[in-house]
Amino acid sequence: MATPLDSSLTFSNVGKDKWWRSGFFASQTGYVLLALVALFVVMNFASPYFLTEGNMQNVAKNFSFIAIATLGVTFVIITGGIDLSVGSVMCFSAMITSMVMTHISTPGMPGADWFVHLAPDGKTVIANMPGLILLVSVLAGLGVALVVGLVNGFCIAVLGLSPFVTTLGMLSIVRGLGYVVSNGRGSFPSGPEASYLYTLTSGVVFGMPAPFIYLVVLAVAMAVVLHHTGFGRHVFAVGGNEKAAALTGIPVVRVKIEIYVICALAAGLQGIIISGWLGSAPANMATSYELNVIAAAVIGGANLAGGIGGPLGAIVGCVLLEVIRNGLVLAQVNSYWQQTLVGVIIIAAVLVDRLRSRMA
Amino acid sequence: MVTPHDAGLAVLELKGIGKEFGAIRALHGVDLRISPGEVVGLMGDNGAGKSTLVKIIAGNFPPSHGEIRFDGKPVHFGRPIDARAVGIEVVYQDLALADNLTAAANVFLGRELKRKLGPFALLDHKAMAARALELFGELRSETRPHDLVKQMSGGQRQAVAIARTRLSNAKLVMMDEPTAAISVRQVEQVLSLIHRLKEQGVAVMLISHRMPDVFAVCDRVVVMRRGEKRADKAIGDTSPEEVTSLITGAKEAA
Repeated sequence: MATPLDSSLTFSNVGKDKWWRSGFFASQTGYVLLALVALFVVMNFASPYFLTEGNMQNVAKNFSFIAIATLGVTFVIITGGIDLSVGSVMCFSAMITSMVMTHISTPGMPGADWFVHLAPDGKTVIANMPGLILLVSVLAGLGVALVVGLVNGFCIAVLGLSPFVTTLGMLSIVRGLGYVVSNGRGSFPSGPEASYLYTLTSGVVFGMPAPFIYLVVLAVAMAVVLHHTGFGRHVFAVGGNEKAAALTGIPVVRVKIEIYVICALAAGLQGIIISGWLGSAPANMATSYELNVIAAAVIGGANLAGGIGGPLGAIVGCVLLEVIRNGLVLAQVNSYWQQTLVGVIIIAAVLVDRLRSRMA
Repeated sequence: MVTPHDAGLAVLELKGIGKEFGAIRALHGVDLRISPGEVVGLMGDNGAGKSTLVKIIAGNFPPSHGEIRFDGKPVHFGRPIDARAVGIEVVYQDLALADNLTAAANVFLGRELKRKLGPFALLDHKAMAARALELFGELRSETRPHDLVKQMSGGQRQAVAIARTRLSNAKLVMMDEPTAAISVRQVEQVLSLIHRLKEQGVAVMLISHRMPDVFAVCDRVVVMRRGEKRADKAIGDTSPEEVTSLITGAKEAA
């Protein structure tokens, strides 16, 4: 019997990568961030208004309006899935939140006695502890998002339907439901606690727009979950090689359902925040936002084939889209150019990534 | 160091294993013993019943007839996870690795080490990297725990897949065509990995079409043909020519 080599194996042809060729700097997120910095510099010279505090606050607020949903979609994209229903969920959650709030804030409506009563002077007064109405309405809004996420996850993970088709159908179903429940008119939050909603969604905390604060908190939480928990590891594994993940005993079905639920909840929260800022939830709210959200995730480096993505990339993608929009306005370019440019950037970002991996 | 075929305690013992799929008889009356630290080559043409046998041992489906004993005790596997629980691991041909994760992450996939931080259980990256490095060291493979699997050579990928079986202290490792799609140099690395497993008392079943590999590393060769075991010989008592004629059916049995 021949004996295989007993010496320690060494690979003389395997060296250590140069720092700029490995890790963050070699990722699409890395060089899109670089492009973003360059864009900031260019914009600073192009317009004296760009770096003013007011404009920066504006930018921060605007990109926060799609960035939370982008975090959710990034989870889905990492597993190799897609969620086209986020725009509809944004609208539906916002609508349910404001409808529930209006309902339970109107004395005489069924169930509303528990929340409000009519004062002798004809004013509506909070009957219970303050904040309860807001809490119940927001939970109702997030609740419908949860249901949508569960249905998406069930169809995709258990029934094995394609994520694209399932969520395309859900886009239409949920948008349709929004029109049905509101009769196409949309709704707006009212009652004694509507002002709380406005404060929490369009107020300013520590000199920064409130949605921006939520975004930062959620992005940090997402980074921890993705890179430091078993669940996050499994999300990447499912995206990298679903069969392998199943063979090693990862509960693939559960992971998939969970990420669609997370995505829908993020979209629902995003919708509620937008409606607080708008002061209403029109039935056509956030139409086609799913495209902006997916575009931002992809520009930021999330790979639609699965396995790659993260919160930083999602935010970088959103900022880039918003800075370009903002920059075009400041440069007094016809704002209709925006969409065309966004499309060019999506393709350019993916193209650069392809060229880079071919060179390496 | 050929382990005597019928002495000592067998880690795996099959008695009269048969399997029918409807009217098709895939396996018939297969007896097989494997001792700890023994490397057995399982050979046969396509459709000879190798895969069916491996799948039965791995718990993918139960046999129609016969008995499986593992470590002397009769076992019945309902699912692959049952087989893994007693110490049977399979290294799949496509290796079942997630390319986008590091070597250490792949070794610990599905059984991550965690440390408590208040109410949260966070991944213990340090401990996993250290243990993975240890395992790669035992296998004498220069694989770095923090490298991404997609940047690795075929040999290194095999090391990662095999390290995974070491993690659970598997007693029997079945390898499905581990040398099928890799370079000559990497084949040597894989054969040396098998040698490391043997040194540590692990029984290895090598499913392969490559005669030189089987003769280089196996103690014994089992030849399957038409769902039956046609030969079970110590490597020293046979030759590639004989095995070839057994596989093709030019020679009926030995």
